[in-house]
Amino acid sequence: MSDAAAPLLEIEGIRKAFPGVVALDDVRFSLRAGTVHALMGENGAGKSTLMKIIAGVYTPDAGQIRLRGQPVTLNGPLDALNQGIAMIHQELNLMPYMTVAENIWIRREPLNRFGLVDHGELRRRTQALFDRLVIDIDPEAEVRSLSIASRQMVEIAKAVSFDSAVLIMDEPTSALTDKEVSHLFRIIRQLRAAGKGIVYITHKMNELFEIADEVSVFRDGKYIDTQPSSALSRDDIIRMMVGREITQMFPKEEVPIGDVVLAVKDLGVEGIFSGVNFELRAGEILGLAGLVGSGRSNVAEALFGVVPANQGRITIEGVDVRIDSPAQAMRHGMAFLTEDRKDTGCFLILDILANMETAVLQQRYVSGGFVQREQLRADCEAMSRTLRVKTPSLDETIQNLSGGNQQKVLIGRWLLTKPKILILDEPTRGIDVGAKAEIHRLVSKLAGEGVAVLMISSEMPEVLGMSDRVLVMHEGRQTGIVERKDADQVRIMELASR
Amino acid sequence: MGFFNPSMGAQSMTFKPPRRKWPPEASIFLVLVGISLLFEVLGWVINGQSFIFNADRLQIIILQMAVIGIIAVGVNLVIITSGIDLSSGSVVAAAAVVSASLAQVSDFPRAVFPQLTDLPIVWPVLAGAMVGLLIGLLNGSLIAFTAIPPFIATLGTMVAARGFAKWFTNGMPVSMLTDQFAWIGSGANPVIVFLALAVIFHVVLRYTRFGKFTYAIGANRQAALVSGINVNRHLIWIYTIAGLLSGIAGTVTAARAISGQSGMGVGYELDAIAAVVIGGTSLSGGIGRITGMVIGLLILGVMTSGFTFIRIDAYYQEMVKGAIIVAAVVADQYRQRKRRG
Repeated sequence: MSDAAAPLLEIEGIRKAFPGVVALDDVRFSLRAGTVHALMGENGAGKSTLMKIIAGVYTPDAGQIRLRGQPVTLNGPLDALNQGIAMIHQELNLMPYMTVAENIWIRREPLNRFGLVDHGELRRRTQALFDRLVIDIDPEAEVRSLSIASRQMVEIAKAVSFDSAVLIMDEPTSALTDKEVSHLFRIIRQLRAAGKGIVYITHKMNELFEIADEVSVFRDGKYIDTQPSSALSRDDIIRMMVGREITQMFPKEEVPIGDVVLAVKDLGVEGIFSGVNFELRAGEILGLAGLVGSGRSNVAEALFGVVPANQGRITIEGVDVRIDSPAQAMRHGMAFLTEDRKDTGCFLILDILANMETAVLQQRYVSGGFVQREQLRADCEAMSRTLRVKTPSLDETIQNLSGGNQQKVLIGRWLLTKPKILILDEPTRGIDVGAKAEIHRLVSKLAGEGVAVLMISSEMPEVLGMSDRVLVMHEGRQTGIVERKDADQVRIMELASR
Repeated sequence: MGFFNPSMGAQSMTFKPPRRKWPPEASIFLVLVGISLLFEVLGWVINGQSFIFNADRLQIIILQMAVIGIIAVGVNLVIITSGIDLSSGSVVAAAAVVSASLAQVSDFPRAVFPQLTDLPIVWPVLAGAMVGLLIGLLNGSLIAFTAIPPFIATLGTMVAARGFAKWFTNGMPVSMLTDQFAWIGSGANPVIVFLALAVIFHVVLRYTRFGKFTYAIGANRQAALVSGINVNRHLIWIYTIAGLLSGIAGTVTAARAISGQSGMGVGYELDAIAAVVIGGTSLSGGIGRITGMVIGLLILGVMTSGFTFIRIDAYYQEMVKGAIIVAAVVADQYRQRKRRG
């Protein structure tokens, strides 16, 4: 019953939950053949999850996917590929030590009569593909010798080589120069003319108006609306992306703001970010907003000496300081809750006590090299109670705790060091609503006790609710600082996507 | 209330005292008991005598394992940081020949250093230890500053240290050593050295900050770094200690044999790694205790001695030893998977 009018790809009622969060809730989306369809939304709106469902990486908890009117199930990315859906990954998935041709035709190599790979045919096929797409890359070059842009082209050619009807591109221009972007767009237009359906995820407004036929907007895991891009203005889209009421979940108490504790002038790390300027006062919460990849976390890592800054000046309580290592940052009264709990936070196989004590052991609870175990355990237990870590005992392995409780243990690790400056990178990512509210209350209370807080967050309501001021970054540059009274989502999104 | 006076915190939740549970060594201790009983039964069946209740045999088992044990203490530290040290066996040879060369008697005409004979015992002992320390320092520096994997760094020093020992001796044994030096390796002395080191590092691992940081680095190096631990400096210390202990083991080996030879210690690094792994230390780091390693060591010793006792060829011994090491690692993987859920 596949009639010509049926959309190429249609999904309906899709729901996907991860432990603690509902990533997608009753989402629909429809892609017509011969169009470029852009997906827009803030970080965490659910775009990437949706794409991974369409590409067969995730299995939805509920809902239907229809390809040319026929319901399909996708058992893994390979199955999706066989059914005509190809995804071009944001992180490139090519094998650096193999040639371009080998990469494209892997698992589908043409064989000669001895059953060995026919390299001549491999080369001819690749050249034919490149000629069709007007790509000028040597099929026999090793992938590692190619620029990022060329690798992106190879990825695209590989997707096209499957003759897929649906092509998914997840921020394909993030690493490309203007010239390369226009080449990419030429290829996309060609594919569109050939009747392919292209799903295009981007954060960049101007690209959207240049290449997209239709735009669908998502917010907080929900589908908002689909419109032809010609019918929309930039402001319309921003409003659709952020248009939600701020709940009362994020209360920052009014506290007296003290003296400047941390001042940063022209801070930068060569090639990553530059020109960051701000002052942070005791009792103040400075929000740090921007899209993923805008350099927010890099600023935090530079301040804490994980990747030391090589430009600018850091002043703590009026004294210029050099911070080349986390140990140095800690001596200046800083603490840093990292973004990735699993990779850079927890010692997953160790118990809660061992996770909580690491930082403070640099400064206290040690005499003559020996750990003062009773005192340390008592204080860690007291800290756990204050933070309401839910666990029967500190001897429990931390990986048996929920994300929210793990996060509280890590916050406890830093509070034991009595920091003057607390840097929080996505303090509530991936934890449930209850724990989130507790952490917000906690941070607010810490500010009340005179701690200066720098908080990075992708969640707009969190940033707006908690911050006294918001520093916004875009592509490694500071685009502005907004006072609490002037801060709203539209203003911040504007600065973040400028 | 305040966060910075945590002892003033709310008392609404209480924590249970540390749970009483079987120590992690319990299971491998049972393995040790099981293997011993097996040989006991086989002993009566084949030889008509007891395997366990034989003071001479127990003494031999313990003496044989003491040198491996000294090395294994250091290797245990290294493996807890998720590293590896392949150089121990070669360090034994290098330390053995150097210490022996400073312990020769003056009436031996072909001494390595004819001017340096009949020295007080402190010089050969110091020299042997220093050789180990320096090679360990080299291992640690390579790993910390060039970021090459510990496997490669210590493979390099393993080959180089063996070469050094051969060059130093020209392939000839360094013999005619003083009685004073030979005393180190006599009687129960190697065992006393081993036990002293085992106790010291057991305490270090459990009760000192150095120990806590060792586990932290092995469990998650990046998190350790962000917690302010100077990971590079710590790793240099760890490999230096491991080298030093191998150097001491080499000195003891030379004293026991009353000779220093460039072929000494071949394969010791693997026995030490085996003892550590059988003892429950995780090759992925963050887990491991000296007590477990001591039991692992005894398992290896009992097996070697037991096979000889029931007159099974050395070839079979090695095959079975290989199987046991693999089984220990498989069990380790299984435990970890279970822990992850």
